[in-house]
Amino acid sequence: MLQDKDRIFTNLYGQGDWTLAGARARGDWDGTAEILARGRDAIIGEMKASGLRGRGGAGFPTGVKWSFMPRKNDGRPHYLVINGDESEPGTCKDREILRHDPHKLVESALIASFAMGAHAAYIYIRGEFYNEAMHLQHAIDEAYEAGLIGRNACGSGWDFDFYIHRGAGAYICGEETALLESLEGKKGQPRMKPPFPAAMGLYGCPTTVNNVESIAVSATILRRGAAWFAGLGRPNNAGSKLMAISGHVNTPCVFEEELGVPMREIIEKHGGGVRGGWDNLLAVIPGGCSVPMLPRDVCESVLMDYDSLRAEGSGLGTGCMIVMDKSTDIIAAIARFSKFFKHESCGQCTPCREGTGWMMRIMERMVEGRAEIEEIDMLEQVTRQVEGHTICALGDAAAWPIQGLIRRFRPVMEERIHAYKAAHGGGRPVQVPTGLVEAAE
Amino acid sequence: MSTQPTAPTGAEPTHFAFDAESEQQIAVILAKYPPERKASGVLPLLYVVQKQMGRQTGSAWIPRIAMDVVAERLEMAPIRVYEVATFYLMFNTKPIGRYHLQVCTTTSCWLRGSDDVTAACKKATGIKAFGETSTDGLFTLTEVECLGACANAPILQVDDDYYEDLDGPRTLELIEALKRGERPTPGPTIDRLNSAPAGGRRVLVDETAAKPQGQG
Repeated sequence: MLQDKDRIFTNLYGQGDWTLAGARARGDWDGTAEILARGRDAIIGEMKASGLRGRGGAGFPTGVKWSFMPRKNDGRPHYLVINGDESEPGTCKDREILRHDPHKLVESALIASFAMGAHAAYIYIRGEFYNEAMHLQHAIDEAYEAGLIGRNACGSGWDFDFYIHRGAGAYICGEETALLESLEGKKGQPRMKPPFPAAMGLYGCPTTVNNVESIAVSATILRRGAAWFAGLGRPNNAGSKLMAISGHVNTPCVFEEELGVPMREIIEKHGGGVRGGWDNLLAVIPGGCSVPMLPRDVCESVLMDYDSLRAEGSGLGTGCMIVMDKSTDIIAAIARFSKFFKHESCGQCTPCREGTGWMMRIMERMVEGRAEIEEIDMLEQVTRQVEGHTICALGDAAAWPIQGLIRRFRPVMEERIHAYKAAHGGGRPVQVPTGLVEAAE
Repeated sequence: MSTQPTAPTGAEPTHFAFDAESEQQIAVILAKYPPERKASGVLPLLYVVQKQMGRQTGSAWIPRIAMDVVAERLEMAPIRVYEVATFYLMFNTKPIGRYHLQVCTTTSCWLRGSDDVTAACKKATGIKAFGETSTDGLFTLTEVECLGACANAPILQVDDDYYEDLDGPRTLELIEALKRGERPTPGPTIDRLNSAPAGGRRVLVDETAAKPQGQG
């Protein structure tokens, strides 16, 4: 488990001063100019060597992503865009960086921008994080005032501007190209790829989009060295990560932990244990609602990292877990996600626009048990029709929780259907009220 | 996908102009984007409209006439502003109450009792269903998706502020305080520091580890 001396986010709970003076006392903005003086290649090389993988959910190596930016400037400006749209249900980690450690983000944004030849960075913060955006704006203002960013940032000779752009309540804007569309003043509808943002992103210019946490850890990694970061965690799953526990634990919280620690230990230590004890655990959704849930027997031994969770048919996602005890109506819990995805589909691709509505409506009936046994397979088929057939991953994200439910809790679904039939006069086929088969709104 | 309702007949004002405070904010906003990329200012300007309406009328919403003003300012076709204003949930395209109660009911909040928060909101305001405004015009109740503060679930967002770790009785108290014109401090409504575990933090307790990075 991670020791205090190895923590990156040392003001995670806002127990100290989050403004510039406090940040400096914690070691931020220390020798930033010297880091920049190492040059682009050295910085990117160090980031690659650290083994840092994207902290937003996809887990793509951050240093490699930075290296995709064109080496030479063809006259178009380069942009760093930071994804602070944190909206994945269960996920609440970037909020803590924005409000309690904003200077880590500002300093790292400068370094990352320099490493990719960008003189400007935008951060897209979800609209609901109003107070968090105000903290970050204060930190940006302080950094300008102190000459840390702006013209000749930190005396490095590099000009750097950092701007906040607030979203307005659309989950889809967490998808990087939808985010860029939104930043350009349009509806947040994902773009076809290619071209990838590194070739043609914001305003048609080379752009890298990174999660808040992926950026915010980079200054510390460069200061303490790639070897230090890579020494934490497990091979291919390096470093520490911000995680959260919500749901049925005794003490829900946000915390930084080393990758590769057993999930059970994390739940016991940080979450204070499952409500009613470990045996009362039903399932855990390990990294935001888009990753499939794991039943208790898997949670017993699985490690919290990218590869271990993937081997169990799930994923680390955002690293923010939702714990459910045995009192949970597991079908209703997943049906709520179906409603979420139905609400958040941008409407651009037919399989997602229509499919999320189908999935939601069938799931609503599954909660009651007002369905036929065969419809479980039909529901599974619907998820397969949506999965992989849309421009962005929202379709996949809508499909996976249901697939996870069917894979792990099929008997519960069947039992619900039998119970409904028993209570409503036996084995006759269930009539679906015509009002339910409506076109997607 | 979701769509936004339109304002009832008679609610639309005939005129909208930015006031001095808004103009100040607009100047700051437009300096963020390249001059030929003014359209980037559409989300921020719609917020400016909504805030100004809140200041001037007590109802923070965006009339269509104001969308036209935004379109003109940003040199966009009005339809491009309409489609943005109706795509994003946080823009109120019809009048709302003085206080906007936004209950998160997504799974993390639901697991920890968001049904009780919703019930308390309805009881305290007399509102029957999501989307309605109380008869005294003070409150509008909206169901929102995950607010991204799940370790402090359940959450009620009042305008821009998060009230966290709620239950039914504390939600009632909060709304009664709002009725009295008070504005309780946002954040956890139980004894805990932000997102640290209730009962005190279990990490970041080693004072000697708090020294500058790179020297540890």
